[in-house]
Order: sequence, then C-alpha cells, then structure tokens
Amino acid sequence: MAGALETKTSHGFFFRVGQNFLSMLCFAGGFGVLCSQIAIELFRPPFYIRLTIQQLYTIGVESLVLVLVTGLATGSVMALQFGYGLSKFGGKFYVPNIVGLAIIREMGPVFTSLLVAGRIGSGIASEVASMNVTQQIDAIRALGTSPVKRIVIPRLLAAMIALPILTLFADYIGLLGAMFVCMKDLGIDAEYFFAKATETLRMHDFLTGMAKTVVFAFFISVTACWKGLNTQGGTQAVGSSTTWVVVAASIFIMISDFFLTKFFIATIYPRY
Amino acid sequence: MKKIALDVRNLHKAFGEKIVHKGVSFQLFDGEVLGLFGGSGSGKSIILRSIIGLERPDEGEIIFEDQDLTRLSERALLKIRTKIGYVFQNGALFDSLTVEENLAYPLREHTDLNEAQILARVNEMLEKIDLKGTNPLLPAELSGGMQKRAGLARAIILKPGIILFDEPTAGLDPMNTQRLLDNVRALKKEGITGIFVTHDIPSAFEIADRIAILDGGKILAIDTPEGIRLNQDAVVQSFIKGADLHA
Repeated sequence: MAGALETKTSHGFFFRVGQNFLSMLCFAGGFGVLCSQIAIELFRPPFYIRLTIQQLYTIGVESLVLVLVTGLATGSVMALQFGYGLSKFGGKFYVPNIVGLAIIREMGPVFTSLLVAGRIGSGIASEVASMNVTQQIDAIRALGTSPVKRIVIPRLLAAMIALPILTLFADYIGLLGAMFVCMKDLGIDAEYFFAKATETLRMHDFLTGMAKTVVFAFFISVTACWKGLNTQGGTQAVGSSTTWVVVAASIFIMISDFFLTKFFIATIYPRY
Repeated sequence: MKKIALDVRNLHKAFGEKIVHKGVSFQLFDGEVLGLFGGSGSGKSIILRSIIGLERPDEGEIIFEDQDLTRLSERALLKIRTKIGYVFQNGALFDSLTVEENLAYPLREHTDLNEAQILARVNEMLEKIDLKGTNPLLPAELSGGMQKRAGLARAIILKPGIILFDEPTAGLDPMNTQRLLDNVRALKKEGITGIFVTHDIPSAFEIADRIAILDGGKILAIDTPEGIRLNQDAVVQSFIKGADLHA
C-alpha cells in the first residue's frame, strides 16, 4: 500500500515537473512569437493612437494615487529605519545620501513596477482573457483587424511610457517623505537633506532606474497579453491566468533587477 | 451553370488525438444559403472557423476568389475577412463598446466614411434588425436575442460576399429565434450567399437552398431540402427526425 502510494507520488512529482517544464517552454516560445509579431506590426498602419491614450489613462493616471502612497510610505520608512539604525553609530547625517540613492536606483523602480505588475498585469490579463473566452478576440480577427495591433501594442506602448513616469513620481514623493521624516524625527533640516541628496545623486542614477522600468513594463504588458490571448476555458481559467501573470511578472522583475543592476554597475555606474 | 463562391476541398483537422474532419468537401454557389447540420462536436463550427482562417486545417484547400485561404498569412487573411462575414454563436460583441460603436467598428476600420455617414449606416442597420434606438446601450444591457441580432448586423454591415452563421439561434427562446430568422430571411431576399449552421431543423429547411449533413468527419449528404427529405440513408433520416446522429 505504502509502495503503491510512493509510486503514485513520485509519478505525480515527475509528471508535474515535466508539465511545468513544458509550460515554461510553451511560454518562452509564445512570448517570442508575440514579440516578433509586435516588432512586425508596430510600424505598420493603422496606428491606434486613441486606444494607446486610453490605456495610458488606465495604466498611468489610474495607478498614480497607489504609486504616490506607496512611494511616500517607502521613502518615509526607509528614512526612519536608516535614521534610527545609523544614529547608533553617529551616521544619521548620511541618511539623505543613502535613502536618496536607494530610492532612485532601486526602491522607486522596483516597487512601482511590482505595484503595476499587480494592478495592471492582472487587469490586462483578466480583460484580454475574458475577451478571449467570450470570442471577442476571434471577433476582432473575423472583422479583419489584428488583435496584436488593437490589443497588445496599445497596452505595451502605454505601459512603457507610463511606468517610467510613475516611477519618477514615486521617486520624488519617496524623497519628499524621507525629507519630512528627517526633519521631524532625525533633526535634519530640508536644506541639508536636499544638498546631500543632490550631492550623491547623478543623472545616471535616474536614467538607469528609468531604463529598468522600461524593461519591466515590456515584460509585464507582453506577458499579460500573451497569457490573456492564450486563456482557454471559462471564468476559472481567467482567474488562474490573472494570478499566473502577477506571479510571473513579479518573479521576472526581481530576477531581472539583479542582472540589470549588475549590468549597470559593470557599464554605467562610475567605479569608486 | 452556377458560379462557385467557395470551394472546400478535402479538409482534415484533428485536435490532438481527436480527429474532427476526415476529408470534408463541398461547394457553395453564388446566391445560395447552405444549411450545415451535424451532431454536437461533429466539427460544424470548425468548418466555418477554417473558412475565415480562425483555425488552420491540417490538410485540404478552401478556394475563395481563386486563392487558397489555408495558405494565406494572417495579414493576407485580414483583407479576406472583410469579404466574409461571421455571425458568432453568442454575438461576440465587444463588451466595452456601445451597440453603435460595435456596429461602427468595421466601418471605421475598413472604409473612408465620415462619422455622419457611419452613424447613418449604423442606424440603417439597427432599424433593419429591429434594434432602433439601442445605439448608446452596452451589450450587457441587451437581451441574448438582441445581442445576437446586433452581432448579425455587425457581421453584415460591410456587405460581405459570404456570410457564415455559426448557430445564431442557439439558446434563444422561440420568439427571439423567429425574429433572428426573419432577419436572415430578409437577407436571403437580398440574395446573400452563406452557410448556416443550426440545430433548428424546420427553419433551416425553410431558409437553406441546399443542406449538407456532416457525420463521422465527412459530408454524409448534400442536397436540396427535398432531396434530403427523400434520402433513404438511416443517419440522414434520423437527423431529419431530430434524433441524435449517433443514437
């Protein structure tokens, strides 16, 4: 009995591993095909500017409050933690430098992208998947139009434009939050905070942060669209696709952030 | 000699191990409505989807305007699809667009009409299918029957050469079925060419000029309604009597 159970379990385990491996291959292939379709269709008319602006509103404007609140909280908490931690060693006056650098290079881009992956990635995936299971994607094709042009490209462009801008807002509000905490809790005045932050931060810190968000936006939007376009079944499948996209996009953001940071350290950041 | 509008030759299609088509062949003549019948899962809709390029057959040819549609790229198919209208089973209206925007969609995409002309054409279509005044409504605000009629209007608004009806009356109550069939009858009077997939046998016998019965992955019989009625094949007879093909 135990043996039978073990056999069944091991078969189930290998079956699941194989199945996951195959779905990863399927995703990689599908993602690649969709990217090539985007590359082909991007510069061909018609151009759906109105749809892109609509998506910019949905992805950008409607995410702004969430991003601002998170940015403010992140900056404030970091200033508090670093402030109290470094005070023990008499280093609280380094808080503006450290927090400024951490927000601009890492926290702003990554937290904003994770929030957008959660809010927009799931939104795109569920919308496109619902359209797919109710034959609306088929209808787009049957009416002589391309789902890649009408659905994917406007969302991709909007995400790639909106995410860096949202990150800028998150960066500034994060720095503002950190400054207020420094003023209220650490006894550092605004002038000193500003002077130290601008002394440390360079243009490449902003630019590399922005560059990361463009990569993240590409992955979030294309993954969400691909999953949505390949969802089959009913409402349960729509839910599963949504969850899958948020998990996949979040993992990608965290892993690619490491490699992008290594790349920027090797190529752009100055050696000290 | 009637002109062939569409020539379907030796279609084969399988989904994994499930073989759906094992050599489906038929011709659709200009100005005729072909009723396509078959049991559930016999692949009727797949034939329509293959014609419009939403599915690719594994083998076979679909000749339309001297081109084999099965060999065309997706981009080339986009142009063909403006000439072949597809009426989806559930209407497949875009749920984020109003009825007016749904109907205007093909006109905005494929014509140079200005907004006033588009609106006039949309209103004309809505009147034709008894949906006058529903312009600002979202699909969710329409009944099932109204959604299907709006889907029909959207499919024919570009005046395509061929119209494919994928079980447009499925799930409708008798009154809505009759309304939709009235719309199809009106189109038939205008001389449309089309394929009508349905389970509503009496109406289809009335509407279709010829009837094709799909069974076992092949066309079992294709004839005029009268010819089908007189066909002595047991499966054909059981189908006419409304019994399941495989019973």
